[in-house]
Amino acid sequence: MPGTVQSIERAATLLHAIVESGGQMGVTELAAAVGLPKTTTHGLLRTLLAVGFVEQDQRTGRYTLGAGLLGLGSHYLDVNELRSRASNWADSLAARSGFAVRLGTPAGLQVVVVHHVFRPDDSPQELEVGAVLPAHATAVGKVLLASRPAMARALADVPLDAFTARTVVDPAALLVELQAARARGWAEQQGEFQLGVGGIAAPVHGPGGLVVGALGVSGPVEELFADAARPALRAMVVEAAAAVSRELAT
Amino acid sequence: MTERYVLAVDQGTTSTRSIVFDRAGRLVAVRQREHRQHFPRPGWVEHDPEEIWANTQLTAAQALRDVAGLPGQVVALGIANQRETTVVWDRATGRPLVRALVWQDTRTGPLVEQLAARPEAPLVRERTGLELAGYFAGPRLRWVLDSVPGARARAERGELLFGTMESWLIWNLTGGPDGGVHVTDVTNASRTLLMDVRSCRWDPDLLDLFGVPAAMLPEIRPSVGVLGTATALPVPLTIGGALGDQQAALFGQTCFAPGETKCTYGTGSFLLQNTGEDLVRSRHGLISTVAYQLAGEPVHYALEGSIAVTGALVQWLRDSLGLIGSAAEVETLARSVSDNGGCYVVPAFSGLLAPHWAGRARGLVAGLTSYVTKGHLARAVLEATGWQTRDVVRAMDADSGLPLTALRVDGGMTTNNLLMQFLADVLDSPVVRPMVGETVSLGAAYAAGLAVGVWSDTGALRRNWHRSAQWVPDPKRVAALDAAYPEWERAVQLSIAWGERP
Repeated sequence: MPGTVQSIERAATLLHAIVESGGQMGVTELAAAVGLPKTTTHGLLRTLLAVGFVEQDQRTGRYTLGAGLLGLGSHYLDVNELRSRASNWADSLAARSGFAVRLGTPAGLQVVVVHHVFRPDDSPQELEVGAVLPAHATAVGKVLLASRPAMARALADVPLDAFTARTVVDPAALLVELQAARARGWAEQQGEFQLGVGGIAAPVHGPGGLVVGALGVSGPVEELFADAARPALRAMVVEAAAAVSRELAT
Repeated sequence: MTERYVLAVDQGTTSTRSIVFDRAGRLVAVRQREHRQHFPRPGWVEHDPEEIWANTQLTAAQALRDVAGLPGQVVALGIANQRETTVVWDRATGRPLVRALVWQDTRTGPLVEQLAARPEAPLVRERTGLELAGYFAGPRLRWVLDSVPGARARAERGELLFGTMESWLIWNLTGGPDGGVHVTDVTNASRTLLMDVRSCRWDPDLLDLFGVPAAMLPEIRPSVGVLGTATALPVPLTIGGALGDQQAALFGQTCFAPGETKCTYGTGSFLLQNTGEDLVRSRHGLISTVAYQLAGEPVHYALEGSIAVTGALVQWLRDSLGLIGSAAEVETLARSVSDNGGCYVVPAFSGLLAPHWAGRARGLVAGLTSYVTKGHLARAVLEATGWQTRDVVRAMDADSGLPLTALRVDGGMTTNNLLMQFLADVLDSPVVRPMVGETVSLGAAYAAGLAVGVWSDTGALRRNWHRSAQWVPDPKRVAALDAAYPEWERAVQLSIAWGERP
């Protein structure tokens, strides 16, 4: 098979080996089963663990298939379905907050806008459904990166574009910010993509619990991050994203 | 100033919803309850009016409770209802004589044919602006009077009352047998075939034609204006307005100026254009109907085009063909190809409504070649909604001479971006979606709120209307679709011809 990537082949072989074993294997058994050195096997397993494709029993150290893998097939979520289910909540978020709303899903190392509600002030605006945004410079992108360690690590291997002087292009600094975003359940952007444009976004979970999208508001930094409005706005965004997650779970 | 809220009851075909709106027109609480659909015979569709009344009380009480903790108070109630559904009940007991005959019910077909053969039949179109068809309420009322023993005599003695769904609810809300107010709003009355659409009064000649005793009819009232006090709710509320559901959507979309047009995209679709204080008689297959009336002001009229099958065609793709797992996935499938591959679907499942009125037409898929894939079919399914809208809009242009400057859309299909862009291209007009998708309920709330002064005038309502999305025509696609339109028209003619085969 010319042109295949060796590490992906090996990872797939490992997953098959776990299935064939009846569900649980230690690293030594796995290395023997697939005919690889134990260190290589261990490295592969660490990556599979990080992306949620395997899980490790804390007590025995043995590996099983991960929930992330199970979610892939049965919980595949069509983006048009996602838009249709999110629409009422996105409208309501725009109406209550007074800001434009976007729903983003991951596309490679970027974010694609699957739903866009105009800022409710009747100013001229263009529908941005289908637009692609940089993940590291937007609130919706950071929410998705924070939930996808593999995506975040992959970003560390490519040069990060600086869109403004505020764009975080240092991978280490970005990772710190992503960890914080994951811990508190929302992310912000403050002029990192376009000067003066801010954003607040929160994760939308699919029926399997995986983050399938990010819902957020955006608008002028000085309005979005005015001290008086900020906590209420964050709460609104988190609440709307949770409402969409509940909608998807039904 | 403390916040004031308005409660809207949307009594629809499948469910009853109670929704509370604030002064900015934003939705604050929603409660919903479905009711049973009764199909006692093929073509018969009935609802239990008492079940619907119970659901109205229940959901309204729940919604009122939901907002009880908020600062401010609910100050009015507005009603939007499924149109043409007919209720006959006993004035003394409040019990319905039979279950409600729903607008989808086709049992009055033979009766309408008999009536149409009478020499006075042309009066119907002249006085009501409507075709003599079983779709409207009058023939259903006549059916009840003919079919229930003793009903006509009791109706003549004033023991029985007739109403469309809003009449039934208002009568019960205001006390029922104990002083209930028996009224109907002018938009609902305009759909009975019994009202003179110019004078907005019951027409004695039409009552004669249909054999309906005047004693059982409700008083016709403006859509916006105090109708009574709802005492049957946990808190007494002023009933400030009522409208048929599609007129309510027109009102909720704030289409107050002549030429302003909305289309609600659901299972079927309903396009209404405000024609102002002029009644425009359609010569191109549309319905002339009352849009709304504010108390003390002239009636505003509308042209209406109803399309029987739009979203239902997507459901067919999902449920009968199994090509998609959910309605929204039709967009994904349709986007797997770049055009319709020469394929057209005419969804005349049970005939075609506006502007063709071909009851015998049957559906067809035209232009099949081995090149056509399920992706092309999905695209043709979505395009069918766009083409049918174009048929209706073209008829409207010809009738009213009011060119479409933008189409205001609402309903479930408006989350389909491919369809919305296709609409903009096929109509060569911007398509705009408002921030509040619940336009039917919003229209009822607006009507009631105007009546009690929550909003000062229709200008205040307009300022509440905001775009949530807009699709603009792409000149290249407009030209390509113009060139393709005759293909669609040919497919429609074929579907009509198919139904007429000997």
